[in-house]
Amino acid sequence: MRESSSPLAGLRKQIARLAADGGPASRPAEGRLASGHAGFDAAIGGGLMTGKAHEFFAADALDGTCAAAFAALLALRTPGKAPLIWLRTADAANRTGHIYAPGIAELGGDPDRLLLVETPDPRMLLACANDAIRCAGSAAVIVESWGKFPLLDLTAGRRLVLGARDAGTTLLMLRLNAAPTPSVAETRWSVAPAASHMLAADAPGAPAFDLELLRWRAGPAGGRWRLDWNHDDKSFGHRLGETPLPGPLLSLPARRTLPAHGAAAA
Amino acid sequence: MSLADARAHVPELIAVPHDPVADHAWIDRLALGCHRYTPLVALDAPDGLILDIAGAAHLFDDEAGLIDDAETRLSRLGMTVRHAAGPTADAARALARYQSRPAPDEVQAVRRLPVAALELEPEATTALIRAGLKTIGDLASRPMANIAARFGGDATTALRRILGDAPSPLDPRIAPFPIMAERRFAEPLGSTAHATKVLAELIAETGEDMLERGKGGRHFRATFFRSDGLARSIDVETGHATRDTGLVMRLFAERMDGLADPLDPGFGFDMIRLAVPRLDRLGATQLRLEGGEARASDRGAAMDELVDRMTIRLGRKRVRRLHAESTHIPEQAQLALPALDAPPPQPWTMPDPGEPPTRPFHLFDPPQPIEVIAEVPDGPPHQFRWRRATHAVRRYEGPERIAPEWWRRRDNGGLTRDYYRVEDVQGRRFWLFRHGLYDEKPDPRWYIHGVFA
Repeated sequence: MRESSSPLAGLRKQIARLAADGGPASRPAEGRLASGHAGFDAAIGGGLMTGKAHEFFAADALDGTCAAAFAALLALRTPGKAPLIWLRTADAANRTGHIYAPGIAELGGDPDRLLLVETPDPRMLLACANDAIRCAGSAAVIVESWGKFPLLDLTAGRRLVLGARDAGTTLLMLRLNAAPTPSVAETRWSVAPAASHMLAADAPGAPAFDLELLRWRAGPAGGRWRLDWNHDDKSFGHRLGETPLPGPLLSLPARRTLPAHGAAAA
Repeated sequence: MSLADARAHVPELIAVPHDPVADHAWIDRLALGCHRYTPLVALDAPDGLILDIAGAAHLFDDEAGLIDDAETRLSRLGMTVRHAAGPTADAARALARYQSRPAPDEVQAVRRLPVAALELEPEATTALIRAGLKTIGDLASRPMANIAARFGGDATTALRRILGDAPSPLDPRIAPFPIMAERRFAEPLGSTAHATKVLAELIAETGEDMLERGKGGRHFRATFFRSDGLARSIDVETGHATRDTGLVMRLFAERMDGLADPLDPGFGFDMIRLAVPRLDRLGATQLRLEGGEARASDRGAAMDELVDRMTIRLGRKRVRRLHAESTHIPEQAQLALPALDAPPPQPWTMPDPGEPPTRPFHLFDPPQPIEVIAEVPDGPPHQFRWRRATHAVRRYEGPERIAPEWWRRRDNGGLTRDYYRVEDVQGRRFWLFRHGLYDEKPDPRWYIHGVFA
């Protein structure tokens, strides 16, 4: 009796496990949000870990769009139709502008995956973020805040991180016009725009991002990368119009420091 | 009589300004309270209510019992009630408003009503009285053709309606819903916690009803009737049809937590009703191999529930999805619509391979004015000032000329815009435009319309 029922019980358990996590198709790819840039991904162990919180700081108020676009593109790179939940306060549209779907479509993202949530105040923003992060099945949850955001203390942050861990969702905190403060985020980035690669007739090229790893719980911080977005293959791998190298001709260092862009270089 | 005269006669007179809006709101509240007697309640503006109590009176023993109950409740709210029951809505209304003499039965009562009950033009009423036709009965004994010839078709219609010869349809305040469940209590419920428990039972009850019909609810309305005659309705809406008691209860809990003035039982609720005003198709769900409902679509369901909850907490206009619109005016190319009942998505304009994006990531609506220095008047910007910071333009592309939609607006749609994609020395990319060509306007303004990634 025992012998005949145990394989059956094993199969049942297997089916239950498959049903519980929705089958192999719905599992996120290796638990990482990869950028497609080999050097960048390798340096942080394959991409941003899902089920964790990541902070993106825009040092200057004007760089908010850049940080927002980087976080959104990273989330929208993932295949499938999983929605990207974007929470912001109602006054964000006046500060950084409305999220513009035709622009996202031109960047190669699918605007139909966006779910925009506007909250009247930062307190409600945090409450809704807690709800959204506990809802499995999203590509990522972007929480956009402006300024210091004193409500997001270590306790509130820890609550968000636990929610993300339990549901397996990824929290991308956009901290615009804010200076880094202690937090429980897995990684902390500073995002700024980089000068694009010039096109014919001196036209500005595809988006370019200047990223600095300010903190990483699982390893050393301090790396700095320049990533170019390529909407044709939806990756930060190599820039638009540039053919990828045919083989390992150049050995790319795992982490490289670029000279300062922007104001310092100009 | 003027107010001053009236005050001179009666010094203790209380004068209150006439507020028709508040009066209407009050009669509407009373009407909601009267839904306890029947689902069909019509407003007889500005100061009357018509209840269709056919088939509903037995709940109060008989018609007289129902009328007594209504009168007691309404007088407890400080109302003076004139009431009448009649074979048709118009007859009952005329009896309530114009009956002055008692009568042995309803037919006699109607025949004894004055002709003013027809509510014709004042001249017509006077003419009827002068002709010696003082009551409805007098008028009814005349041939209809003569009345129609003398006083018009309205008079005969009104007469036939009061007599019950012509239908007098009721325009109910709320159309009755196909699915409804209610509980009446002999002893009023004093606590909201008990009321929510009863609400859960009612949701389960309507769920079974909906299951039989293969439907699910998209909109649920709970009405709590207080023993003092007032009632309070609470609505929740869902993005997808549902019969899940737990889900609907969570939505109701969310809604009640967020109410500005919480649900107040007062002296207790003596009736709770759950109606499902909006239904959608919803088939039965397949069970899992080892029992319980299938969980394949759990993630989608969780996401739908999140949308419902956020919509209830924040409002429909705060939880949105973006939809493509077919226009080349940038600020009109997207519509943010409530995610709760969003239409199917339209395709977006796909990017040209190898070309950088031509539309920004963030758009300012309305565009923000900037000060621009250009090398030549209708040339590209050389430097611009926005939000108290100066940006020196290093690279630009343009102009992309966007003409106004002259076929939509009377003034030919306004001015043409010349858009430039510019990058400043720090690598920030902006979308600027000059509003108007130089031959359209002497000194066109510049605006920033968006920021690129």
